[in-house]
Amino acid sequence: MTVMQAPAYRRAEYHGFTAGGADFVYLVSAGAIFEIDTDVQAVLSRLDGQDVAHAALVRQLTGDGRDAADAEALVRELRVARLIQLGAAAPVMPQAPPADFPLQALVLNVTNQCNLACTYCYEFGADKIATPAGKPKYMTLETAKASVDLLIAEATGRKAVHITFFGGETLMNFKLLRDVVSYANGATAAAGKGITYSLTTNATLLTEEIVTFLSDNRIGVTVSMDGPPEVQDKHRVYKNGKGSYAVIEPRLRTLIAGHKTRAVTARVTLTEGVTDVVRIFRHLKDDLGFHEVGFAPVTSGETRAYSIDANGMDDVLAQFGALAEEWLEFALRGEVHGFTNVSETISELISGVNKSHPCGAGLGLMGVSPSGDLSPCHRFTDADTHVMGHVSSGIDRAKQGDFLARGHVEAKYDCQSCWARPLCAGGCHHEAFVRYGDTGHANLHYCDWIRQWTDTCLRIYGELAVKNPGFLERFAERKGLS
Amino acid sequence: MKHLRAINKKARAIDEAVAQIEAAASPAAGADADMEEDVIALQQQPRPHVPMGCTLSFSPGWEVDAGGGTAGLCQPVERDIYDCYVTCFWPVQVPDHVNYSPDWASNCATATKDWRNLDLVFP
Repeated sequence: MTVMQAPAYRRAEYHGFTAGGADFVYLVSAGAIFEIDTDVQAVLSRLDGQDVAHAALVRQLTGDGRDAADAEALVRELRVARLIQLGAAAPVMPQAPPADFPLQALVLNVTNQCNLACTYCYEFGADKIATPAGKPKYMTLETAKASVDLLIAEATGRKAVHITFFGGETLMNFKLLRDVVSYANGATAAAGKGITYSLTTNATLLTEEIVTFLSDNRIGVTVSMDGPPEVQDKHRVYKNGKGSYAVIEPRLRTLIAGHKTRAVTARVTLTEGVTDVVRIFRHLKDDLGFHEVGFAPVTSGETRAYSIDANGMDDVLAQFGALAEEWLEFALRGEVHGFTNVSETISELISGVNKSHPCGAGLGLMGVSPSGDLSPCHRFTDADTHVMGHVSSGIDRAKQGDFLARGHVEAKYDCQSCWARPLCAGGCHHEAFVRYGDTGHANLHYCDWIRQWTDTCLRIYGELAVKNPGFLERFAERKGLS
Repeated sequence: MKHLRAINKKARAIDEAVAQIEAAASPAAGADADMEEDVIALQQQPRPHVPMGCTLSFSPGWEVDAGGGTAGLCQPVERDIYDCYVTCFWPVQVPDHVNYSPDWASNCATATKDWRNLDLVFP
């Protein structure tokens, strides 16, 4: 005898939060954010830890004094929006992008040489994966042109492409940069595509002439630096151990005063003992005048002297929280604050991203080494283990396929039950490789912090949605243009 | 939607999708079934997913799964022994209760416990 059991409703995967006096849910299967009313809360609380069949749920809701038709409609709305579901369902995972996903950006490592010797550097430090021995130190114009051609050929259907210049120290090969911009402007125009540029530098080699070039060509600039003198000079040193702050300070002022066309951003690496986020932010934003300042903990094996331990990270996150609070206050007044870590997350929340992969590495973006080898991104440049083709012969689809299959959030067991996966998708491929020896490993060492940070940003988003929704709209438009 | 307020792009996309579903299911559109969007024709493309081991057709003698096999069906003949024997409903050769083997199951009061008492029949 077959016994049919009425399927029962249960909650779908979501993260609930409160902000600005209202209640919200972040729907994990989609990356959607909804403000919910008390009726929705009533349903969700009845399904807290238990399944309830349709008839029973409607009975309970009418028992609270609701009209039967209203109760039916309420349950139906939540079911169709998939905030509740009938029976158990496997976690909903985003589909992988198609195999012929068009390229959008290349990161050209115009040189693997650097005039600084920052102790924590992932390219030269203890955890390096690059194997540059015997390979070219500087990219030739020929290789750069082949890179541009590859980018245009592989950017099928895209209206615009992007090139990031990277190093080593990028400006040690400034001559090439000039020639590449000139070539790429012509080549993309001929192909009917637009092009934008950006560059990362340690700022030691900036001159007025270079700044003018960067501004004229609308090249976005990110400066890698760590903060005020004693902080900067702790790790960002020349090979003889001398700190770099005194050298870069006047050059930064020239850059920030002279670069008129793009935001100038600072990118700070946090290490053991360099966790005074608020003070560093103040110095870079207020004293030096950067438009945006972003922070990231150093990528390292577990036991390096400069790694941040769990206590240090809690401290960092507490200070992130304080700056996030400021960001919100600014936003409520309609002003731009400049703490990149919040801005980035908010822009992802606006569109409601639901990532199959943590970033565009190996997908829409690839790195090119000075020799012309392709890699998933600039962090894998010159690493023999991660070569993914060559600019002359094209993308190695088999290696790309393997990299992307490993990196898909669906392949990361630990992510299946995490509500923050639409934004995180397991975290940086490179960090995972350094920590766990596998680009497809979830970055388990920062899960708690990611969830905490995502929650913080969701609360900011919720409060703005209630109190200053216009700011979010303007923010989305600005991001769309940049 | 009445109870959920969409506040990001993805949520608005869901809102629009829900509105379309509601419009399709509304009486004005000629549909009266509440579960309109859950009704799917088996032959429509793309074909609905039917897990291996499940069958959606209940025509006696034609129970096969999506791959055309019977081996992994979740309701094997053994489970429905009395449906087959007593009512001659489905689907395989069990002794004919009505004419030739009225006592075939007399030693088997409870199939789950006493099934070992069921024996072959030699006509």
